[in-house]
Amino acid sequence: MADAAIRGIHVPAAGSGVTIRRLARRKSTIAFVMTLPLMLLILALVIYPAFYSMYLATLNKSMQYFVGLSNFTFLFKRETFWLVVKQSVIFAVSAVFFKALFGFFIANFVNTLPVKGQRKWRGMLLVPWVIPTAISTITWFWLFDPDYSAFNWVLRHLGIAPISWLGVANWARFSVILVNVWYGAPFFLIMYLAALKSVPEQLYEAAEIDGASWWQRLWYVTLPMMRNIISITVLFSLIVTFANFDIVRILTNGGPVDQTQVFATWAFQLGIQGNDIPLGASVSLFMFPILAISAVFILRGVRKRSEEM
Amino acid sequence: MAATAIAEGIQKVRHGSISKNRRRALFWSYVFLVIFAVFFLTPPLYMLITSLKSSAEIAAITNPWFVYHPTLENYAALLDQQVFLVFMRNSIVVSLCVVAITMLISVPAAFALARMKFWGSGVLATGVFLTYLVPESLLFIPLFKIFAFVHQYTGIELINHWWVLIVLYPTLSVPFATWIMIGYFASIPKEIDEAALIDGAGYIQMLTKIFIPVALPGIIAATIFAFTVSWADFLYPLAFTTSTDQLVLPVGIITTLIKGDVYNWGQIMAGSLLCAAPPLIVYAFLMDYYIAGLTAGATKG
Repeated sequence: MADAAIRGIHVPAAGSGVTIRRLARRKSTIAFVMTLPLMLLILALVIYPAFYSMYLATLNKSMQYFVGLSNFTFLFKRETFWLVVKQSVIFAVSAVFFKALFGFFIANFVNTLPVKGQRKWRGMLLVPWVIPTAISTITWFWLFDPDYSAFNWVLRHLGIAPISWLGVANWARFSVILVNVWYGAPFFLIMYLAALKSVPEQLYEAAEIDGASWWQRLWYVTLPMMRNIISITVLFSLIVTFANFDIVRILTNGGPVDQTQVFATWAFQLGIQGNDIPLGASVSLFMFPILAISAVFILRGVRKRSEEM
Repeated sequence: MAATAIAEGIQKVRHGSISKNRRRALFWSYVFLVIFAVFFLTPPLYMLITSLKSSAEIAAITNPWFVYHPTLENYAALLDQQVFLVFMRNSIVVSLCVVAITMLISVPAAFALARMKFWGSGVLATGVFLTYLVPESLLFIPLFKIFAFVHQYTGIELINHWWVLIVLYPTLSVPFATWIMIGYFASIPKEIDEAALIDGAGYIQMLTKIFIPVALPGIIAATIFAFTVSWADFLYPLAFTTSTDQLVLPVGIITTLIKGDVYNWGQIMAGSLLCAAPPLIVYAFLMDYYIAGLTAGATKG
């Protein structure tokens, strides 16, 4: 149809050529008008700021003159920067791994239930994804409260010493990852449950007749059938988790002493609170490579998947 | 009871019967699902428990998982505060406007991209998807500076006004909404629009009379998505609004209700629950649309 539209313009006015040409011209004009607000929005508030941020990163603190890459060399020399790099990567990779793992197993558990009961369980298990992250994180913060922690109350009654959930670096890191997994695993669950429905039942029946155990069916039937959706969700979640701001900001605010700081929260601290916009922009730009790489692979996966469907 | 069930399970395997094997899988599925359900539902339940406690009860450090003297005083105190009602009004107005803007932008755009193939439409569709992947944490710093520029040149102050969120949130909601609508529109048979064109319908008529009614589930899913995104966002309002009368619910609850007063947690949790309620209610009633929208992102387009 696109070809016809383009050809229509070149066809000399012969018979029906006139109407086709008019139709084509009208069509592309209408299409342009229909997509114009979308394009303006993306250009003005996504693409322009993204490039502008690269320009900002090359300015000095008061944004008066060009300093080249010295913001970056300054960052490279700071210990906090490497701490932030390390933590961002550790948080994103481990949180996504556990989200995917839990999501995959829960989806399989739900899928073994009788169809009637599945809806109820699915509905219940998606709740963390529905609650605004900021709100659920503040609840976790309260659950971790140093004096009133409800978890420590349970631990005390089990005879275990209370844990300083957010006060000690490694426990604070654990807590950040835990909240990330809690929030994100339901998303994986829903995606995998939908994908499981499209695995042909005959494959499982054949495997069962061949005497395959539950594990073997999971490993040799389910996993290969879901390879594509697993890679899409993992990459997507990698972007979201890597760029996440809310959880670290509310739970630990980067502390204790920057031991849980990630790119997004550090950029906020330097750029908005510290009033050094160029430095903040430089920090946030480090999120870009991992985003770009993941995005390319996601796109490839989505294309492949649409062809399969 | 669990032990006998497990013992039975082991025996069943020995017999090698398929139905017994299945029963064992079912048993373990329930065990793990209960564990995960407890993990997933602990924070919302704890929110409810704390919100029903009086400050005195919280301060007394009794069993945190149980309410001895349930009271609604936190809710009453909260709804009595002018500032909380302002947060709520701001959130509601922002979300409704964002939903309307999102649908007005993304439905026509998705229709054009899915059906009226034109020069560059494929690239634009891919671009829309890529924009969806650009996180807000990459954009808030340049936007902050851009807003300062706008103020300098036009005199319009964008920072510290709640309505600026109506301008910003569509960047979060429109790309994904457009992307899933492209998928829904593309699944409508081509014969229908050919028939409509032959009958003399224009493109606008085709969209309003055929595509929107047929793709209504997709439109509902996109609407829900736009609402939840604009209701829940935290970074943009935190970066761009500061005065208490300009805040939306999530930021308002976290920045103004926490005043270093430990015993205020009853109110904070009550506020949190009130903030979590609208998305949860939408989800409870429109779960299937919600889930369809969520899963459509990875499969359609």
